[in-house]
Amino acid sequence: MSEICLEIKNLSKEFIVYNANKIVKACEDVNLSLKKGEFIGITGRSGSGKSTILKGIYRTNYPQKGEIHYDSDEYGWIDLCKASERQIVHLRKHEIGYVSQFLKIMPRTTARQLVENAVLETGGSEEEAKEKAETILKHFDLDETLWDAYPNTFSGGEKLRVNIAMAMVKKPKLLLLDEPTASLDNASKSKVRTLIEQLKNDGTTMLGIFHDLEFMEGLCDKEFNMQRGVIDE
Amino acid sequence: MSEQPIFQVKHLYKQFGPGCDFCRDEQSQTLQGNYCPKCKTVYACNDINIELYEGEILGVVGESGSGKSTLVQCLYFDQQATSGQYLLARHKEGKKNVFEETDQQKRMIRNTILGMVYQNPYLGLKMNFSSISNIAEKLIAANHQNVEQMTTIGKNLLNKVNIAEYRMKECPKNFSGGMQQRVQIAKALSNNPPILLLDEVTTGLDLSVQANVLDLIKQIQRESKVSMIVVSHDLSVIKMLADRTIVMLNGKIVESGLTDQIMEDPQHPYTQQLVYSLL
Repeated sequence: MSEICLEIKNLSKEFIVYNANKIVKACEDVNLSLKKGEFIGITGRSGSGKSTILKGIYRTNYPQKGEIHYDSDEYGWIDLCKASERQIVHLRKHEIGYVSQFLKIMPRTTARQLVENAVLETGGSEEEAKEKAETILKHFDLDETLWDAYPNTFSGGEKLRVNIAMAMVKKPKLLLLDEPTASLDNASKSKVRTLIEQLKNDGTTMLGIFHDLEFMEGLCDKEFNMQRGVIDE
Repeated sequence: MSEQPIFQVKHLYKQFGPGCDFCRDEQSQTLQGNYCPKCKTVYACNDINIELYEGEILGVVGESGSGKSTLVQCLYFDQQATSGQYLLARHKEGKKNVFEETDQQKRMIRNTILGMVYQNPYLGLKMNFSSISNIAEKLIAANHQNVEQMTTIGKNLLNKVNIAEYRMKECPKNFSGGMQQRVQIAKALSNNPPILLLDEVTTGLDLSVQANVLDLIKQIQRESKVSMIVVSHDLSVIKMLADRTIVMLNGKIVESGLTDQIMEDPQHPYTQQLVYSLL
């Protein structure tokens, strides 16, 4: 078990559509095991339940059935489905990162402040936050003129780089990538690929979902396909 | 990160009215919402349990009349709770129920551990005193005596909330709603409280002023790591500020969770309706 970073057992999730009195099965009986330092990619059509798995791990949604065991530095083996809100807040700040194709950010906050805030959340000092933010923004090749601008004016690729920088500056043990290359041009995709390769070399465990099969080629250690809430190997 | 809550409320009840055998019996289902039609008692807070951790922002949402404001008013001793336990880590190491303390002790707690910002600035400020005197009033209550020191603290705080120095001696009654809220925030922060209670602070303000006040709250949280309870019926405000959120309906907590989970995967039908109504 020590080599394993994350183990999902019989995970199922349904959503009740408010006002339509309908139940949508998002994923059913999902089993998945992720070794430390491994990168698993999941592909599948829109609505096949890929994001539901990631959001279940990040606890943005409550799985109705199943277990998600995670080997935490702070709490040891912990079932993320049953962990307290406080434990999840801690894990999000220190151990588990989430990168989505959409940048969910505080309005009226500059790119630099966003990354600095991510460092401050982990308990870093103002000085450390400033230094780390500059280093990582440079590393991710974000034009310096954009550092003190609001990301809502950025292009998709620039937003994504801020998003990844925010997740990466915390050096998460487990990184969840929710279609990080969707709607990006080839040049931006290539930059994201380089970043992911760097993370992999650094030993970060990753679980990513992608539409782009070409992008995944040679990048993931294992690939799975998802259809109608079920994983096929 | 400390895992000990700095603040705990257990089984808090607040009722307006005497109560009767019908409404006290949970099985009878006499209550209409939180109101007993037989004895006309309103159960504003009904078995509320919350915890707050250092540096955390807890959002409280719910419709008008759900008991949100009564809850924070009980916590700030503006209302006397009917029953319950209220423990503060900074008061007797969290071992004494604060609701059972003397009025003098409660005043001391208000002046040193808690800060409160009301929806209505007329409740939080003396409108005929200058802005800096409003802050001095709170400092004096917290045993400050040195006038020069109090003036410096007042100036720094008003500066922090963007009140120009040349207006510090003006009375808040001459200020706009947003400025009055900012003076209230400065006053609430004057004794460096570890806990700040914010009751609908942006209600009634126009969008740009709302943004200004919200940014200020976020900045304060970032700089001073103060824990906050933010009451609002506006989900966007909660979404922007809170780490965790509780949803209240008819005086009860019907759902609690991480704010993004409440927004994306609400479990209770009322929360689903609330999120669905989000513009």
